[in-house]
Amino acid sequence: MYKLLLCWRYLRTRYIALASIVSVTLGVATMIVVNSVMQGFAHEMQDRIHNILSDVVVESRSMEGFYDPQGHMDEIRRLGGDKIEGLTATVVVPAMLSFQANGGLVTRPVQLIGIDEETYSQVGDFGKFLQHPANRERLSFALRAGGYDVRDHQAGPEAHPRPQMGEGGWPHRRRRVEFDRISARLAAAESTRREDLAQRTPAVDTSVASHRELDPNPREDASGATQQPSDAEKPAGDPPSDDIFAKHQKPAEPFDALREQQTGVVLGIALASFRNHEGEDRFVLLPGDDVKLMFPGAGMSYDLDGGVMTPKVSYDWFTVVDFYESKMSEYDSSFVFVPLRKLQELRGMINPSSGTIDPATGQADPATQVGYATAIQVKLKPGSNLNQFRDQLRAAFPLNQYNISTWRDKQGPLLAAVSMETAILNVLLFMIIAVAGFGILAIFLMIVVEKTRDIGILKSLGASASGVMGIFLAYGLSLGIVGAGAGLGIGLLFVAYINEIADVLALITGHEVFDPSIYYFMKIPTIVEPLTVGWIVAGALAIAVLASVLPALRAALLHPVEALRYE
Amino acid sequence: MSELVPAIRPSPRQPVFAPGGSFLVPTPRIDARPLVSGAEIHLKAVDLSKTYRRGQVDIPVLRGVNLQVRRGEFLAIIGASGSGKSTLLHLLGTLDAPDAGEVHMQGERIDNLPSSRRDALRNREFGMIFQFYHLLPEMTALENVLSPLLISSSIWGYLRHRRKHLQTARSLIEMVGLAHREKHRPRELSGGEMQRCAIARALASGPQVLLADEPTGNLDRATGDEILRILQNLNRRENLTIVMVTHDLAIAAKADRIVRLVEGRVETA
Repeated sequence: MYKLLLCWRYLRTRYIALASIVSVTLGVATMIVVNSVMQGFAHEMQDRIHNILSDVVVESRSMEGFYDPQGHMDEIRRLGGDKIEGLTATVVVPAMLSFQANGGLVTRPVQLIGIDEETYSQVGDFGKFLQHPANRERLSFALRAGGYDVRDHQAGPEAHPRPQMGEGGWPHRRRRVEFDRISARLAAAESTRREDLAQRTPAVDTSVASHRELDPNPREDASGATQQPSDAEKPAGDPPSDDIFAKHQKPAEPFDALREQQTGVVLGIALASFRNHEGEDRFVLLPGDDVKLMFPGAGMSYDLDGGVMTPKVSYDWFTVVDFYESKMSEYDSSFVFVPLRKLQELRGMINPSSGTIDPATGQADPATQVGYATAIQVKLKPGSNLNQFRDQLRAAFPLNQYNISTWRDKQGPLLAAVSMETAILNVLLFMIIAVAGFGILAIFLMIVVEKTRDIGILKSLGASASGVMGIFLAYGLSLGIVGAGAGLGIGLLFVAYINEIADVLALITGHEVFDPSIYYFMKIPTIVEPLTVGWIVAGALAIAVLASVLPALRAALLHPVEALRYE
Repeated sequence: MSELVPAIRPSPRQPVFAPGGSFLVPTPRIDARPLVSGAEIHLKAVDLSKTYRRGQVDIPVLRGVNLQVRRGEFLAIIGASGSGKSTLLHLLGTLDAPDAGEVHMQGERIDNLPSSRRDALRNREFGMIFQFYHLLPEMTALENVLSPLLISSSIWGYLRHRRKHLQTARSLIEMVGLAHREKHRPRELSGGEMQRCAIARALASGPQVLLADEPTGNLDRATGDEILRILQNLNRRENLTIVMVTHDLAIAAKADRIVRLVEGRVETA
């Protein structure tokens, strides 16, 4: 009992000892903050990667893919039984996306994914990441009349609104097409006038005037509705102009861009927008705009001139119907989704000799023709063992043709890097607490020397050596509790208000601590894991107690008579 | 041997202090009590020797001390500085172990007991008073008086008997006339008050023997006399065995018997 009383009194009267545990407090607080933030990031990232990648992916090792995806899916379903929740076949190819923005040509490398609208949403959260409420319900590659989200539905209310998105859809397409036609007519009239002029007065220096007239930015000579950079785009199906797009026009079928759309495409949102320093998204493309995609065909073509096999390049125009925002910048800036069938057709991935022949025309019914796919994504029921199913599939499919992996395998290096980082940080921070332990040791030895006579008194009153030792161990423990408790409180408060603190720091230092344009979240994600926090606090307490063992032993071994004589 | 501690404790002997009765009030010497010489031997030292080592030199402090203290006796040990009187007191109170010789309490040898047993003896059988009071500075007067009881009881044991222990401590502190200062820390007390507090602490667990090491050495004559009066009253009223070490003959004269230590040997006065 006296141990408790004395250690309580020491705690209240020795402020120097409290100073020695400030480093424990700081260490514990830092560890809690770092772990929570790392955990938050890792969780956010894993969650997203998982939702994007589905559970298990069976990929073809060749760009041509494998024949008869439906047959493969039936086989996978047979192997998986009731574990299977969803299956979908996709074609994944690298591609180039080109479009005109601000009067210039923008070309970006993308990952082109042909998806089946019916089944693709079953294997992941694809549907959730779209910007039109109806598309989230059920994806359609037909352009909507409007009604795209002006607010980011995945972010909290503090996210910046995206007023531009409200204009997306058919009205935007019609306005843009009309505007482009007018500017094209003006340009044609201008060039006729210049030709006339050139014929009449040769060798007149018109450099200043032509400079202005050749400026491709139509904002200069158009009126109204030119605030959006995306309005400046060149549409498909326009009268011939001398940009590269014109060469690929098909003049045969008249295509009325006012009323018709190209095949729909869902773009990763970062391909069509950028985020400025206030965290606002500025769009250079809106639903309704046309883009061009170029990608390798499935087979090789025989080049008559050189006598070699060369890969074919296919391309087509697509109309943006929605944006895909997974909040993983890597994916949002590279994924482009088009209808599977269309991509198969364009790449020559449909077997022309398959399908049921329509007796009337003698042609095969395109809907029944068997195609190729490059990947099958499998979603399993919650709680299924992914690795086991992957191994089962690996046994069933020849591995020289198929690459079969879980989402974790695919993102293994990234996930491993994050956990490695966390581990190293934890070791380093724990070292700080260990250093604090030596501070406690030194201060405790001082206190024991200072208390030598009191220890003698206690022994003369009948306190045992273990009792005296207990006082100092309990003192160390209670210092640890105070230090770790304060650290726990500070750490949890810091985590709770981390975004406010980041804002204040940004205000003071004048540069952004957490830049939302890099991370694609508006806030710093944090997860406080009770188990981790428990280990941190327990570790700090253990260090405080260990540091007091030596002083406590010293106190316990003091000879009572010499301790009493100590002045 | 394991029954030793209970064995050397006679049946219930917790001193009962008359409520309100102050030991400060001088009481006339009543010589009606039984003669000490007829009582049993309470504490016995047999051929005690102790040598301290200072560097390479051995300093013999005690060279075969023989001493007998009867129950209820007030014994004074006098001697010059360095004659080994404090060491003898420490050996009697098991604070230190002799190099040779034995210490007996009621016929049982106590100097070679295991340390836990000696701790219990110091806690229950001996009350100790020191020249420099040796109160714990972090505790109030009342808590200092309570400390032997705190040491002997576990947390739950203390909480169970809290009221009883507090009552004991309060009546002791009242007995030495410090009731009004029970909440004060030692540094707020005068020397005499601190020594009175130390006496109350020494009595808290109801010991049979009081070992006093120069209890008046740091006090002026009047205060010293006051302390001595308390000791005398305890000796008479509670039949407490008291062994007091002093270098002051005038103080020693108040005792029943005086033993002189010269160069580590007893010289009967």
